[in-house]
Parts: sequence; structure tokens; C-alpha cells
Amino acid sequence: MREVKKSVPKKDAYGLIRGKPVYTDDIAPKDALVVKVLRSPHAFARIKDIDVSEALAMDGVEIVLTYKDVPRKPITRAGQGYPEPSPYDKFILDEYVRYVGDEVAAVAAEDERTAEEALKKIKVEYEILEPVLDFEKAEENPSVIHPEDDIFPQFDIGFDPKRNIAASYEMEIGDVDKILEECEKDPDCVVLKERFYTQAQAHVMLEPHASFAYVDMHGRLVIVSSTQTPFHVRRQISMVLGIPIKNIRVIKPRIGGGFGGKQALHGEMIVALVAWRTKKPAKLVYTRKEVFESTYTRHPSRFDVTLAATKDGKLKAIAYDVLWDTGAYGEHALTTLMVAGSKTLPMYNKVEGVRFRGKVVYTNHTPAGAYRGYGAIQANFALESAMDMLAEKLGMDPIELRLKNIIREGETSPIFKIMGEGREGAEMIIKSCKLEEAIKRGAEVIDWKNKFGKKEKNGNKVRGVGMAIAMQGSGIANIDMGSAIIKLNDDGSFNLLVGATDLGTGSDTILAQIAAEVLGVSTDDIIVYSSDTDLTPFDTGAYASSTTYVSGNAVKRAAEKMRKLIIEEGAKKLGLSPEEVEFDGKVIRAKDGSKEVTLKELATVRYYTEDQKQLVADGSFVGPESPPPYAATFVEVEVDTQTGKVDVLKYVSILDIGTPINPNLARIQAEGGAVQGIGMALYEDVKYSSSGRLLTNNLMYYKIPSRLDVPEMHIEFLESYEPTGPFGAKSVAEIGIDTPPAAIANAVYDALGVRIKDLPITPEKVFFAMKK
Amino acid sequence: MKIKVKINGEWKEWEIDPSDYLLDVLRREGYLSVKRGCDTGTCGTCTVLVDGFPALSCSILAATMDGHEITTAEGIADEMEDYMKALAAEGADQCGFCSPGLMVMVYALKKEIENGKVEKNEEAVKRYLIGNLCRCSGYLGQQRAIFKFLGVK
Ligand code: FES
Ligand code: FES
Repeated sequence: MREVKKSVPKKDAYGLIRGKPVYTDDIAPKDALVVKVLRSPHAFARIKDIDVSEALAMDGVEIVLTYKDVPRKPITRAGQGYPEPSPYDKFILDEYVRYVGDEVAAVAAEDERTAEEALKKIKVEYEILEPVLDFEKAEENPSVIHPEDDIFPQFDIGFDPKRNIAASYEMEIGDVDKILEECEKDPDCVVLKERFYTQAQAHVMLEPHASFAYVDMHGRLVIVSSTQTPFHVRRQISMVLGIPIKNIRVIKPRIGGGFGGKQALHGEMIVALVAWRTKKPAKLVYTRKEVFESTYTRHPSRFDVTLAATKDGKLKAIAYDVLWDTGAYGEHALTTLMVAGSKTLPMYNKVEGVRFRGKVVYTNHTPAGAYRGYGAIQANFALESAMDMLAEKLGMDPIELRLKNIIREGETSPIFKIMGEGREGAEMIIKSCKLEEAIKRGAEVIDWKNKFGKKEKNGNKVRGVGMAIAMQGSGIANIDMGSAIIKLNDDGSFNLLVGATDLGTGSDTILAQIAAEVLGVSTDDIIVYSSDTDLTPFDTGAYASSTTYVSGNAVKRAAEKMRKLIIEEGAKKLGLSPEEVEFDGKVIRAKDGSKEVTLKELATVRYYTEDQKQLVADGSFVGPESPPPYAATFVEVEVDTQTGKVDVLKYVSILDIGTPINPNLARIQAEGGAVQGIGMALYEDVKYSSSGRLLTNNLMYYKIPSRLDVPEMHIEFLESYEPTGPFGAKSVAEIGIDTPPAAIANAVYDALGVRIKDLPITPEKVFFAMKK
Repeated sequence: MKIKVKINGEWKEWEIDPSDYLLDVLRREGYLSVKRGCDTGTCGTCTVLVDGFPALSCSILAATMDGHEITTAEGIADEMEDYMKALAAEGADQCGFCSPGLMVMVYALKKEIENGKVEKNEEAVKRYLIGNLCRCSGYLGQQRAIFKFLGVK
């Protein structure tokens, strides 16, 4: 391999570092109307009366929108494949506001100050309703968050809004109750039941959500947005505004991070409507406060895990009972819930019984949505903490317990078929899995043998080690689709057009590397253009760890076709048959060495003089399966017994991601994911006031890791090759985030004998648990 | 009101409102490397140099800048070629939203180290850069590049 498994710099590196104007707000027209949104101060209320006349009368105010001025059309903003597994429970603007920060009205004015002034002039009379702020009390609550009758799911997702249920899902393999019952009685078996909680982590991508829209000279609506899913945005906007897809173009410029938070619609509906109505460009850039309060979070969860095992450590049954808080709207409600099962349960594939029961409830909190890890991280914290507790009960080393039960190459799990994302999944025999090697290697690097159970003390500080394993997927099987077009230029370079969405991960570069590898050219000769619904072919977007695997396979196919085309055309030029020539990336030559033509010469004649035609090829790919990457993570922590503060001293993660197409970019994905996971484990805390206002709505109160919080890290990719992936690649985007919470909780237990079961593991919690 | 500033080496006169923040004025005037990542002076994406020293442009009133010298990422990029190469070589420029602000800070840090004001070691470098948040990279890749660029062992 020449161009893959190679750390080439990102194609956009220099432009980004120098600060070229490439993000949405940088390229918005200077004369764009500035849109500001009036947001609800109440967690749950009905707008009794809204008077915008004073705002509208202001100089410089162009338009004011309330629920009375917008089409009433239910939609989901989720940004998923169609038909979406998320309920259609959202309106552009509604008579009801369902969380503090929900949209009440929008103003577009000639500048920001005027827009802000105008917001203050809008008079709203609310009928304040009793909010549901405790997700454990949502289901039978007398307050119904979605009383409206015109909302619906696209298919059965267990939607029951009258009971505040956005989605629910159950499945069972074997008779779990019977296995548990027998185990309880059997002296050679143990049963463990534990409850865990995880919090509503915020994405905190550094570029706030931003979008602008204008109507072009053909009367078409153009939306430029910091989105992970331009094609979904186009479809959703078409649906909600009733503008045909053909009259909408969505462009994603460079975007300042997403992590799932920009998978769903944010300001696009409003800017699109303002631009469409006024025929003037309009932009909406969220403040950081709006990003915190009024976009999406990770789904908070309550997670009951039951494990049954024999005394010698053979897992017999796993049961999950899950309660999920989707906040005010149900974006990704069902699918994150199902991923909690589908991306953890197959790790222990030798059990006799598995059960998953889950409900997703509405509350009057900021909506939850897609966030890197997507359900798997919540489940991983619960399952991998429970596995350690089980190991202790069995008097067994946690590593040994895992090695006895994990999935291995050539094996399968019935879960793959049963649990997909919102619908059935796809059967899969695991073709690449280096989990066992990862565990063994990680244990070696952290020096498990000499550290586990030792409770090394140094004054007030105690050290401990802990571990956790994880799996993810590579795109959504049978749903996620990527496609690519490659065309040859007259100098022998290529344009690669992909619908795939680079959110800063470097996927444009990785896809170019894949094309270059197939074509035998340098990555520099591949010019990438991505994420423009008019000019690039369809792609479901950047989510579910899909781009390298799904879009990468599409690029590989397109490049293979192009290669074939070049050989055919080169042979024709040389007066030979395709079998008689070979192409090395630069020259097409007769195998007998008798004659040759360079790619550049061939391209030049094809465009200017001989048998003129465009050489172009396409490729599409939908994964029939979603091969999981794996990780085994080991951490060493030091806990201050006087304060309860946990410091991660060393972080070791051994990963199987198949072939890393670009090892440096893969490493950054793994490191960046780990640091977000450490933040979730230790301090990214979400606090609401008793009336439902988000208190942690800025970067002072919501702490994300700074560079001083990052431990020493050892990230290692094992040699692994996934035969269904492009050049052996699987995914890397999410796997890095899954393990820190459980690994750290397990290490804290190793240090102190204190088990923290609700995230984050704050000093207060550790301190009070120690005192107990 | 009018202010006169020397921006990236050139004197300019800008019409501003007394309540304008420097960040907004800079962006309005086309210095778009300067980003707004937060509303509380906590993220570092708006970092510029004022009279050679790093400052958060989101927290400075433009009116106080009259007669001062401002440097943005645009103004130092050519001098920072080696730094850019080092960062790109690590793949640590992810979404890039934090990158210009960080580059400004590294530029200032380099001067401080040369002047003996900041020690040349890993801990001191990390402390100096602590205000520049990055959510993508996990910082380590950035630091590998920065240490290399500054010659920190
Ligand atoms: S914009 Fe965040 S610190 Fe200035
Ligand atoms: S690269 Fe995205 S925030 Fe630093």
C-alpha cells in the first residue's frame, strides 16, 4: 500500500490553520439579515397570546415569525435516513414550548442589535404548565408533554406520547427469567443486579451551530449550513416547507466539529423560511448559550443491568432494563436506545439468554440527540462496571472474566440480526476481531499484574487501575449509503466528488487516499469536493462511524471503475486490447514494453483531439453489515482521599480499527474520543434549576477537558484487516469514547473500594461514598 | 466613533460603536480567522495579539484599542510556516476552529520563551496554552507539534 496506511496531512490543513474564511458564518453574505430567536423562559407552557406588532414596526426589522406564520407540519429534525425511526413530533414553531430555550418566535433584521432589540419587544402571554423534570417520573405523569394529535411515527417505534413515551423496544433471546431463577437457586451460580445513571453530556463542538440561506437567480433556495447531513437537510426542509427537493441546494462548508450534534436540523428551518419569504439572504448563528440550551445533548439514562454467571466465570445471561430521557423532542430516541443493546451485548456472545427492555420518555429538558458513542457509551458504563462487580463476586480477575466470555473472529451474535437501528439489523460473522489481543496487550502496557488490587498509597493519595472493553460499528448496515464520482482532468489529475461530510475528521483526505491507492496516483492528484447536494452524489452523511467504511467503499468502487476506464482508453489509444496493457498511475503501457502513453497525454487527447469524451466513473456502497471496531482500555487513577478528586495518571487504549487509512488522523480520533469520554466520566456535569432551567449553559459552568486534564496516553492500533472494508479499514470515530467511564469507575473502585454508579464521578460523590 | 489601529502592520481607521467588542469589529472588517466560540471569554478561539501580547478579542471593547497594535492569525501565518507544518504533520488540525487562535498563542509563547519569560518545558507550555480549548484533538497531537516547533524536550 502506497497511499493508504500513510499519515498524509489533511488536505485542508493549511487553510484551516491560517484561519481562512471557510466556516458558515465566515462566508455568509455581508448583507444577510440577522436572525435571532426568542426562546422560552419556561420549561413547559402554552402561548396564550403573542403580540409582535411593536417588533415588526421597528426600523430594520424585516420579518417576525411565530407559530401562526409558519406551516404546521410535524417533522423530525433527526437527520437520519428516510423513513426515519424518530417520531415526527416537532414543528418549525409551535403554540407549546416544551423546555427552557424552545423556540417561541424568530426575528430577522438588518443587523444583530436590531434583531435583539426586536426580540425584547415581542409580548408573550404564557399559560404556564406543570413541567416533567424527573425522567423517572415521566411515564405516568399527569402532564403530557405532547398533547397534540397530529404527531406520529413513520413506523412502529413504540410511540405513546399520551404517556410521555417517545419510543420503546424489547427483545429477548432464550428465557432470561428462567435462567435467572435457576441461577439464584444454584450454588454454582451468581446473579448480579445493579443500577447505573449517566448524564446529558454536551457536545461542545467549538463552532456554534450556524446556517444561512438565500434564493438564487433561478428562484431556488440555497442553504449553507454547519451540518453533518446535507442530503437529509435538503429532504427535511423540502418536507416541512413544501418546496420540491429540486429547488433546494444544501452546501456544507468547513465545519467546526459536530460529534453528532450537527446531525440534526438546527437553524435551517428558520433561515430557510426567512429567506424564502423575504427573498433576502438570512443567517442564524447560535450563541454558546443557545448551543447548550437549545440544540441537543447525549440521552441521560437509568440503566439496570442483570448478569448471571457460573462460579467459574461463564456468563449465562445479560438483561438490560433501560430508561432513556429524550427531553422535549424525540430525535434519535429509539435508535440510541437500541444501540445501547446492539453495540454492547454482542461483546459477550456466549450467553444463553439476553434480554433488552427499554423505554424512552419525554421530559421538559433540552432535547437529546445523536452524540458520538450514541447509546453505546451509556450501556458500556453500565455493563463494564457490572462486569467488574461480577468479577469481584466471583473472586476472579476482571480480565480473566472477560477473556472467558468475549466474542472472537469467526463468531457471531444473534443480536446483530435482531437489533438494528430502529429496525432489524443484519446478520454478520465477525471477520476481524482482535479484542483478546487488545486486552492482553493493554494489561501488559499498564502493568496490570503488578498494579491491580494493590491500592498503592502515597500520603492521602491512593492509586488504582481499571479496564473496560468496547465495540462500535462501521455505519448502519443496509441503511447508510455513500457514493462517489471521479472524473479525470486533462492534466491527469482527478476530481473526487463525494456527498460524504468532513466535520473536521479529515474524511476528505482519507477518501482521497483511498482513491489514490486504487488509481496508483499520489493523494495530491486527487482534488476533493464534498457535501453539496447540487454537485456531489448522494450520501447519508457523517454519523454512525460510517464515512471511512461506507463512503470509503463507494470511493474505492468508483476509483476501480476509473482505473478500468483508463486502461480501456489507453489500450485503444495504443491500438491494443485492455488485456495487453497495464497502468501504473502515470503511464499506460503495453505489457511487452513496445509502446506507452502517459495518463496526461491520454487525458489531453481525449479532451481536445481524439475520440473526445469525459472520463468519469461512479460508485455507490451500502454496507450489508457493520463490522465493529474494538477497544480495550486500561487506566491508572490516583484519588485524593481528602477531597475525593480523581486524577487519571495513565490511559492505555489498544484498538482494532482494521487498517488505519491515515494512522495520524486515526490516532487523533482515538485521543480526541478518549478525552471526551474522560470528560464525561469525571466532570462534564449537567445541572438544571428546580424550574427546569439549564444552569450549566456556558463554558464556565460546563467544564470540558483542558490540556492540563489530559493524562499520559498510550494509543495503539493492532494489526487487523477487515476484508469487507476499503483496504481493510473499519471505523474509528466513536470507538475511542466508549470505554473511559467504566474503566475509570473500575479504577476508582480498585483504589478505594468505592463504587460510583452515576456519572460523572465527581469529587463530592467519591468523597461521600468513601465516608459511607 | 472612529478608532485608529495598526492591524497586522497597517494603520487603519474604523468606524465603530462604543459598545462594540473587538471580536465583532475584527470580523466585520474581514479578519475572519478570529472566531467566536463562546460568550464567556472561556474558549480562546478569538485570541489576537494586542501590542504583542495575547488577548481575548471577545472581552475587549474595540473603543479601547485606539492607537494600539493588533495582530491576528492572518498577520503571522507566513512567519509560522514551520508551526503549521508541524501541526499538519501530526494531523492535529481537526475541525480547525481552534487553530488560528492557538497559532496566535503559540506565536506569543515562542516570543516569551525567547525573552526568558516562560520556561521551555512541557508543563510551562501547557499552562501558557490552557485557555485555548479544543474539543476535537484531545490536545496531545497539538502538543506533539508544539513541542517539536518550540524545541521542547
Ligand atoms: S470567544 Fe470564547 S474566549 Fe473569546
Ligand atoms: S480542532 Fe476542532 S476544536 Fe480544535
